Amino acid sequence: MNSVTVRTLLVRGMLAGLGAGVLAFVFAFLVGEGPVDAAIAFEEAGSHEHGHGGEELVSRTVQSTAGLATGVLVFGVAIGGIAALAFCFALGRIGRFGARSTAALTALAGFLLLYLLPILKYPANPPAVGNPDTIGKRTILFVGMIALSVLLGIAAILLGRKLAPSWGNWNATIAAGVAFVTVVAVVMAVLPEGDNTPKGFPATDLWEFRVASIGLQAVLWAAFGLLFGFLAERVLEPKRARDEVASLAV
Amino acid sequence: MAQSTAAPTPTTQTLAPLPLRAVAPWAVFVGILMLVLLYFVGAEQGATALVSGEGVHEWVHDARHLLGFPCH
Repeated sequence: MNSVTVRTLLVRGMLAGLGAGVLAFVFAFLVGEGPVDAAIAFEEAGSHEHGHGGEELVSRTVQSTAGLATGVLVFGVAIGGIAALAFCFALGRIGRFGARSTAALTALAGFLLLYLLPILKYPANPPAVGNPDTIGKRTILFVGMIALSVLLGIAAILLGRKLAPSWGNWNATIAAGVAFVTVVAVVMAVLPEGDNTPKGFPATDLWEFRVASIGLQAVLWAAFGLLFGFLAERVLEPKRARDEVASLAV
Repeated sequence: MAQSTAAPTPTTQTLAPLPLRAVAPWAVFVGILMLVLLYFVGAEQGATALVSGEGVHEWVHDARHLLGFPCH
């Protein structure tokens, strides 16, 4: 249990992220491209003064296939590496969990802290929604919201760990959870609003786009957590992994 | 049977934490590398640009929108 273990887990985390990225790409291609195309059609029907009209650097076909795959796979590898590192810190420190449950909890935390909470305040937007002039401000707010939710999430975990010996695991987890939700709610209320949706943008398209975005991230994190748990168990608990396979064969 | 000192069953074996000193160098080095990857997928040629032009932005355009990043 040393640096070599960390390296092995890191490599496996990035591989699990790559595998999860493949599934997430398939989901995004099937479910997400429709709403993206609808938004681009709205954009082109409207103002021609700016945007992606005119000369096309990358065709829509490439954007929706190779481009989408590149982005999602690189994202998958990156979050796989980061989550594997978080897993190395969490292992044996957040309660009596084995490799697979720690992996699943790490992935759940990643989905909530890196995606779901930030987009509750600053939702994912399709093309044509969002003013190009405010991209800098919106990026800072989005990244800031991610940083805050991660910091508050870590604080909640530390608080829960501190309370657990005297309060018991259930009570400590509930107390830390309530404190976390309360502080996050205050932070969201205080942070400035994002952009408004342009007038006339179809509400159905916006809803379908956002559901596709949530689905993409849910597929990615769920697949990562389960796949990485399988791979990590074989490193950390080889006997248990062998017993599971043996019990399948009976 | 009433004793609570039962031997742990093999399925509830607690895993020893990895020493922080073993994790920290990987966390710093690979962590930064992963953040650079996220930057290129999520923000390059959007809010800021290290590479001029629109190539990176246009290539990962759909992924950037669907992953939830502000795109343009």
